[in-house]
Amino acid sequence: VEQSPPQSPGPGKAGDAPNRRSGHVRGARVLSPPGRRARLSSPGPSSSSEAREELRRRLRGLIERSRVMIFSKSYCPHSTRVKELFSSLGVECNVLELDQVDDGAKVQEVLSEITNQKTVPNVFVNKVHVGGCDQTFQAYQSGLLQKLLQEDSAYDYDLIIVGGGSGGLSCAKEAAILGKKVMVLDFVVPSPQGTSWGLGGTCVNVGCIPKKLMHQAALLGQALCDSRKFGWEYNQQVKHNWETMTKAIQNHISSLNWGYRLSLREKAVAYVNSYGEFVEHHKIKATNKKGQETYYTAAQFVIATGERPRYLGIQGDKEYCITSDDLFSLPYCPGKTLVVGASYVALECAGFLAGFGLDVTVMVRSILLRGFDQEMAEKVGSYMEQHGVKFLRKFIPVMIQQLEKGSPGKLKVLAKSTEGTETIEGVYNTVLLAIGRDSCTRKMGLEKIGVKINEKSGKIPVNDVEQTSVPYVYAVGDVSEGKPELTPVAIQSGKLLARRLFGASLEKIYHTLFWPLEWTVAGRENNTCYAKIICNKLDHDRVIGFHILGPNAGEVTQGFVAAMKCGLTKQLLDDTIGIHPTCGEVFTTLEITKSSGLDITQKGCG
Amino acid sequence: LEDHLTGQRDYDLLVIGGGSGGLACAKEAAQLGRKVAVVDYVEPSPQGTRWGLGGTCVNVGCIPKKLMHQAALLGGLIQDAPHYGWEVAQPVPHDWRKMAEAVQNHVKSLNWGHRVQLQDRKVKYFNIKASFVDEHTVCGVAKGGKEILLSADHIIIATGGRPRYPTHIEGALEYGITSDDIFWLKESPGKTLVVGASYVALECAGFLTGIGLDTTVMIRSIPLRGFDQQMSSMVIEHMASHGTQFLRGCAPSRVRRLPDGHLQVTWEDCTTGKEDTGTFDTVLWAIGRVPDTRSLNLEKAGVDTSPDTQKILVDSREGTSVPHIYAIGDVVEGRPELTPTAIMAGRLLVQRLFGGSSDLMDYDNVPTTVFTPLEYGCVGLSEEEAVARHGQEHVEVYHAHYKPLEFTVAGRDASQCYVKMVCLREPPQLVLGLHFLGPNAGEVTQGFALGIKCGASYAQVMRTVGIHPTCSEEVVKLRISKRSGLDPTVTGC
Repeated sequence: VEQSPPQSPGPGKAGDAPNRRSGHVRGARVLSPPGRRARLSSPGPSSSSEAREELRRRLRGLIERSRVMIFSKSYCPHSTRVKELFSSLGVECNVLELDQVDDGAKVQEVLSEITNQKTVPNVFVNKVHVGGCDQTFQAYQSGLLQKLLQEDSAYDYDLIIVGGGSGGLSCAKEAAILGKKVMVLDFVVPSPQGTSWGLGGTCVNVGCIPKKLMHQAALLGQALCDSRKFGWEYNQQVKHNWETMTKAIQNHISSLNWGYRLSLREKAVAYVNSYGEFVEHHKIKATNKKGQETYYTAAQFVIATGERPRYLGIQGDKEYCITSDDLFSLPYCPGKTLVVGASYVALECAGFLAGFGLDVTVMVRSILLRGFDQEMAEKVGSYMEQHGVKFLRKFIPVMIQQLEKGSPGKLKVLAKSTEGTETIEGVYNTVLLAIGRDSCTRKMGLEKIGVKINEKSGKIPVNDVEQTSVPYVYAVGDVSEGKPELTPVAIQSGKLLARRLFGASLEKIYHTLFWPLEWTVAGRENNTCYAKIICNKLDHDRVIGFHILGPNAGEVTQGFVAAMKCGLTKQLLDDTIGIHPTCGEVFTTLEITKSSGLDITQKGCG
Repeated sequence: LEDHLTGQRDYDLLVIGGGSGGLACAKEAAQLGRKVAVVDYVEPSPQGTRWGLGGTCVNVGCIPKKLMHQAALLGGLIQDAPHYGWEVAQPVPHDWRKMAEAVQNHVKSLNWGHRVQLQDRKVKYFNIKASFVDEHTVCGVAKGGKEILLSADHIIIATGGRPRYPTHIEGALEYGITSDDIFWLKESPGKTLVVGASYVALECAGFLTGIGLDTTVMIRSIPLRGFDQQMSSMVIEHMASHGTQFLRGCAPSRVRRLPDGHLQVTWEDCTTGKEDTGTFDTVLWAIGRVPDTRSLNLEKAGVDTSPDTQKILVDSREGTSVPHIYAIGDVVEGRPELTPTAIMAGRLLVQRLFGGSSDLMDYDNVPTTVFTPLEYGCVGLSEEEAVARHGQEHVEVYHAHYKPLEFTVAGRDASQCYVKMVCLREPPQLVLGLHFLGPNAGEVTQGFALGIKCGASYAQVMRTVGIHPTCSEEVVKLRISKRSGLDPTVTGC
């Protein structure tokens, strides 16, 4: 066993130079087989961003190849405790003492980018980031650590994603592209009115897509009025047929559902139409429509179950009211409608319903479009009012009664003022609740594995790398706390998450320029073909060894490297607020595009 | 002349031409406290069409064009409507008179608005035809023949241009109309032959087809010269698949009026040399525009023009060969013939003259949109131009065929809905040009024009979160490069 002498961090003396290149991995050799050294050394990086990328890649390598990897400092008592813990468990650890390598400070920086943890010890078990000393001991006490120490291959899947919406699907596809064995569990619990739908989540089935199509239908109504002024001649009163529209929209949605299933199949992602519920660490129970239960295990999980509309919790609401889950596939025209709520969902629905010529009233408890600029929100309200939507301000419904059954039937709504004792009554054909959405987190066994949720909102708090309180469980999309509830955000974060989790493959794209070396390290079958293509590119671009000389390969690699670290990332962070900080990954697709890009078409949407 | 000798001139600034650029100059200068006059005079078209204050854009350009384009779009929407549940009995006929009257009323209200604005700002307005007497003095002739002399310290020429008539085609002037007339026709033009391949030609042919008229476009060589040629040919493809007929590689040789009142057009196929004829109700020339400089007596002031184009030669500060005489807009050699550039150039010029500014107009990356039935928005370089400037090896083009969500339910064909971004190949892949073919192309392009102005790279565009579901989000989802040879058809959501 080699033991490296303690070195002062920071730039060394001139005499240190030859060693410094690989100096920062010395600590890792402590328990490494000798053969590893060759792979860890490489010619010196030519720029700081390349160096940083190189370092990131090496750290990844250490984490990937070590059953237990501890980034530590030799004098740190917490680090010592962690080392002693694993020692007492009889587990061999790979330790890198950051105070004993030249670039310890850099390593710590890059680690904090990967894990969002700035301190040591920083512990990884079977590629899963466990955390610091306290988290490691907590994991030990909860039994999680022992579970993590089990071999990876013992699991059925590398990744199981619960929820087949925009975020979940993008994450699944990306992970599959990166060569992982992935399963998606998606199950639509029917709404209280019995509505259910296919694969694709809220956006496709009961959100953006049908919403915009109905909005378009309403705009067409306006266009028809306009067209008379532009010389188009028809005299008849134009009526709107709800059934025709809904059928056309539902047909389009069915084709999208089908497209999603197809694209999962093409990428060899297992899709199971079952409800997922955690039963123990790394294990989930999938219950299908018939009530049959199957159990699956995975190394990592992503929760992307999204949200469903909230109910009022008053008499008659679940029995008689509908929500946006039901509206878009409603088999009959809703008729005179009361929309309860002032969210964008409420106003959008009220807007297009009025556009079809229906009598629409919006009941608002306090303000319109909370969170949006209020001047704009009020202008939206005034415009709607001018176009026939009635507003009942500062009222909340207290009871819904059915007066008549039918399609639609007749409902009596009793509401009371939020400011006084005044109550009002109204009769509507349909009452649409759009008062907010709740996360689907309560009935999926999260408490069994210790994933913390915000008790009030049901949302799952995650750190900057989408990780929940349980290290191997992640959350993306509407279900995660403090993130915008928007489809493209979910798609992007799902994709980026997959790349971070299985980033080894991503870095292989970078590595492919160093193909001969990577080939020895790899042993990951999915990249064979891919690597060859890049190898051809290297020839063409006159690249030898680890250095990139030719313009084409240079552009590919430089683009990636530049995007990761150079001016660009900085520029983006400077220019754009609120974009995810680990942004370099975005360039992988660009790289694939530039080479023969086999995978890119398969990525499809997003 | 005595005034000149004593240095007492009538105005600080005299603007010749009351179009978009000229009016912008006048208002800006008035705001800066200067004494300003605008002279404007519309020489009737050969067909006798005339109009009010505001120039080409307002009267016989952008504004009526886009309104008629909108009428045509509404025709398409009427066809979509039944798919969305609206029970409209098809087909729906179109009444030209009604549309034209509505469009003309709007234009007249704009004419009035411009006059009020000048009044409000105390800009003196003369409806006179101006020509230079000397370098500080202009003589104006009013409708009744009354003459007036105006002198100014600074003079801005902003007289714009007028449609060109072919010179060697029998009957062209007599029987043909131009864009100066089409928007002011009281009756439907009926079966129309549009001659030319400019955006004016294609836009007019597009809306005429869209409102249900039998329309043919005759193009001698390439469509939309100067625009990206791939996009241009897709524009043509879309028009052809939506009912516009094209006569490619043909040039007209004469126009005759038949006894029944129809126009018989004879043309020659330029490759075979064969002659052919067709009858039309209307022949619209859209073969280009000439600057309105001939009646200005520019030589009296010493203002130089290009011998080829008759356009006025200026430097980067919009200055002509005479120090205190400037020119902006379509009348200037080498400038894009676009309303917003004329306005901005005019404002900046006046700020330099009277506001102590030194900002020059930047004519790079000027965005524009062609309002053909499928709209084409572009900013920056065409693919050809990018390759010419940087070399094939250094240019990366990302592209996608997409389907607007609204098209799905309506069952519309989206074969030509296409977007491409022309970038430098070297990271960070500076965006050189953006080309968008699809609905609302103008609205889509505007924001990205800002981005390109700010030096956006492909990487930055890719990191922009899309707005879902829109057509413009296709721009931030461009992943397929032409070089990869992969199928750029967007599938899924």
